Amino acid sequence: MSTLQFNPALCEKCNTVDCIMKCQYIDMDVETAKREQMKLLRGEKSEILTRCVTCYACEEYCPFHNHPFYHIVERQEALDVHPVPRPIEKSQVVMMAPKGRIEEKAVAAPVINLCYFPMLKGSIRGSIYEGASVIMGSDIFCNLMFLHFARNSTIRERLPKMMENIMHYYLKPGGVEEIICYHDECYGTYTSWAPAFGIDVPFRPVHLFDFLHRRLTELKSGITPLNLKVAYQRPCSNRLCPETEHFVDDIFALIGVERLERTYDHGQALCCGGVMEAQQLFDLAAENQEKNVNDMKASGATHAVFNCPFCFFTLMGRVSDKGMTPILMSDLCRMALGEQ
Amino acid sequence: MEGILEKLSEIVGADFVSNAAEERFIYSRDQGVQPPHAPDYVVLPNTTEEVSALIRLANKNKIPVVPMGGALVLSGLTIPQRGGIVLDMKRMNRILEVNEMSHYVVVEAGASQGMLKAYLEKHHPQLKHSIPDAPPVATIGGNIAIHGSGHLSQSEGGFHSEMVTGLEVVLATGEVLKLGSCSTVPKWFSRAPLPDLVGLFLGWNGTTGVITKIGLKLFPSPKMKDIMMFMTEDVDTVPDILFRIIGTEMAEDMAFFVSPQPAYFDGFQIIMISVVANSVKEMKMRRELICDSVRDYLERKEAGFLPLPPHMKVKLMEAPQKNLSEFADTVRGGGFEYVGAIMPVECIPQAYRKGREITEQLGITYSMGARVIGRGHAVMFYYAYPFNRADAKNMETVAKALEESNEAALEMGGIPWKAEISGQQLILGRMEPGTYKLMTEVRKLLDPNGIMNPGNWEVRS
Ligand SMILES: Cc1cc2nc3c(=O)[nH]c(=O)nc-3n(C[C@H](O)[C@H](O)[C@H](O)COP(=O)(O)OP(=O)(O)OC[C@H]3O[C@@H](n4cnc5c(N)ncnc54)[C@H](O)[C@@H]3O)c2cc1C
Ligand code: SF4
Ligand code: SF4
Repeated sequence: MSTLQFNPALCEKCNTVDCIMKCQYIDMDVETAKREQMKLLRGEKSEILTRCVTCYACEEYCPFHNHPFYHIVERQEALDVHPVPRPIEKSQVVMMAPKGRIEEKAVAAPVINLCYFPMLKGSIRGSIYEGASVIMGSDIFCNLMFLHFARNSTIRERLPKMMENIMHYYLKPGGVEEIICYHDECYGTYTSWAPAFGIDVPFRPVHLFDFLHRRLTELKSGITPLNLKVAYQRPCSNRLCPETEHFVDDIFALIGVERLERTYDHGQALCCGGVMEAQQLFDLAAENQEKNVNDMKASGATHAVFNCPFCFFTLMGRVSDKGMTPILMSDLCRMALGEQ
Repeated sequence: MEGILEKLSEIVGADFVSNAAEERFIYSRDQGVQPPHAPDYVVLPNTTEEVSALIRLANKNKIPVVPMGGALVLSGLTIPQRGGIVLDMKRMNRILEVNEMSHYVVVEAGASQGMLKAYLEKHHPQLKHSIPDAPPVATIGGNIAIHGSGHLSQSEGGFHSEMVTGLEVVLATGEVLKLGSCSTVPKWFSRAPLPDLVGLFLGWNGTTGVITKIGLKLFPSPKMKDIMMFMTEDVDTVPDILFRIIGTEMAEDMAFFVSPQPAYFDGFQIIMISVVANSVKEMKMRRELICDSVRDYLERKEAGFLPLPPHMKVKLMEAPQKNLSEFADTVRGGGFEYVGAIMPVECIPQAYRKGREITEQLGITYSMGARVIGRGHAVMFYYAYPFNRADAKNMETVAKALEESNEAALEMGGIPWKAEISGQQLILGRMEPGTYKLMTEVRKLLDPNGIMNPGNWEVRS
């Protein structure tokens, strides 16, 4: 069984405890944070386990890349701490389970992995995606969402089979070696979670933004600058791959979009609240949602740009109510090419 | 019988009466498992006067008459057990009056649920009626005649029969009567303060007369609507959860369901809570109070509200809900049995367990649930079994499930709803003799020749 590559010695020596001190949801002085972190190392219950809202951010905050969040999830699971009510957790495990409906398809590059968002299939069109093959569904689903449910075990159990499916049913028959991950969550799975657990990834994952940037550069002559001022909603799973964040600015530069300064962006990005609703933290969810959209509005944005479909669905209503247009990054890029 | 067809044609016009074999075949059955029986004639009247003339003719010739609306009751109550006339009321579908200020509508009995909903949305958007989840062609008359219930039964006073403010009826003698305030003044606002005779036609399955017009309560229709889905895996907690949420007075409708499909619902109990409001602030408050009422369940992570994506909410907020109709077709083959029992809230866990036991033993699929009636005075607990008409064995098994469900309901302290004839026998078998005697005498008085839907509410000799 794959084990988390987490080094307790690093935490023992760590005096800043950035993972907790920078956390936007757990308010502790550094001594308490250290003490609670030590409890976790000893395998004891700590309030970190019950107060963590699974925002992924400490994966980015730890200067030593010691995977504090994955460690929290390990401890939550071992100590039977459930962030989400048990019936909902169990039901989600069944809902997202592989259905065994996959069929062999000789895909052609670029292969877009749409994760488990069939409703977004219509988005994969136009010149950017010319010739693209789309793969998605329960049999290739990364299952990383179970980090929110204290269930590393579900990811561990399912992920190897999912990767094998991708190779066996799609990439090998098509002779393709890389997949474009539409969702940060899939990219984070292959570039952060899997290596952290010592699991090999048999293909090359490419972040959607990397792909979009590449394609827009190739199609540069067809771009009409949008001249829009936008607010960007950074998703939780981008905390697992902060090295891709610069692509947001690179893409915006290509399509003539200004990313407005806002309080809740970059390292301070704030959860859309969707997961908090599952955790029954309705007040906090509403507070985050309000803070997010008020902040977007205050920045002067006319458009709110998302990459995570879950954030998009969670906030779209509130964003529209404030007179802004919610839009997915991929659709924004197509807009710059004059495509509907 | 000599000359009856001609006489019926004289009353309603030749286009609206038939004794053709194919019509008799269609009107001999419904979607449930009850054995078919063909009528001799099918008649579609257009006015109360026509109904009166038809009934006079039938009474004189002692021809049975079975009033029929949408024929969606599924328990064979519109199957003419002793032949005679099926009186299809669907042409009498006019919406006669809406009194906005006094919140009532007067409709002809054959007006469909869907028509009334559409009419109100177009002409009186601030008002609505309590719509059942039956397919929208179900009629207002058929629904109140069996004590139906719907989307406002929880918050606005109970069964749809309790929302009736007045009736026009045609007795088995052909006499036309008005009951409620409309009997005394030209307004249909209330059954009080008069002696209440309306009940003589509600819950009687058309055995006491034909309902031709109905005064029905309307209710405010707030602009905003939301839906919450609460999930638990301990059925014993369901009555307590319902009690707490009902206690907030913040929910418009509350319905509990269990289903083995989709698989991610199997083994869980789900409570749907619809909330309406006139402003964002009010909606927020209502939702908060509902959450607060079950806070300790949430904190123990024992149960909780499932986050719903917007597209799913839109589907779940539709009224009527289509999911039961869709479930009806899961087995394919056009058969659907939908047994209800009206029972106290605390019976839910027992009813659920019994339902599981019956379906497991018989090896059939199911959907079960309960709608809260009148702030938790009762629930309408349903067992729904789809089946394939072409498969005699399958039908037999479902008939058995139906029988066992009825017996179980009575055993645990509930009463089968819209019971088929054998279910009625079970009920009458347990009824106080004095009550049954009074029922029989009332019926004799109203229908001396026993022509109205004979076979129903009668103890078999
Ligand atoms: C998928 C599905 C979901 C359902 N959900 C609900 C629900 O949520 N709530 C609910 O209440 N029901 C529900 N039902 C049951 C049933 O369909 C409804 O109650 C429906 O309203 C019955 O009306 P109808 O016009 O079809 O009546 P019918 O089946 O035509 O008649 C019912 C009874 O009333 C008598 N009757 C009809 N019209 C008259 C009249 N004018 N005068 C005197 N007697 C009359 C008939 O003789 C018969 O005994 C559901 C059914 C299905 C198939
Ligand atoms: S996880 Fe990183 S930041 Fe947190 S205590 Fe350990 S080393 Fe320090
Ligand atoms: S995942 Fe988020 S909430 Fe949890 S400890 Fe890390 S930063 Fe805090």
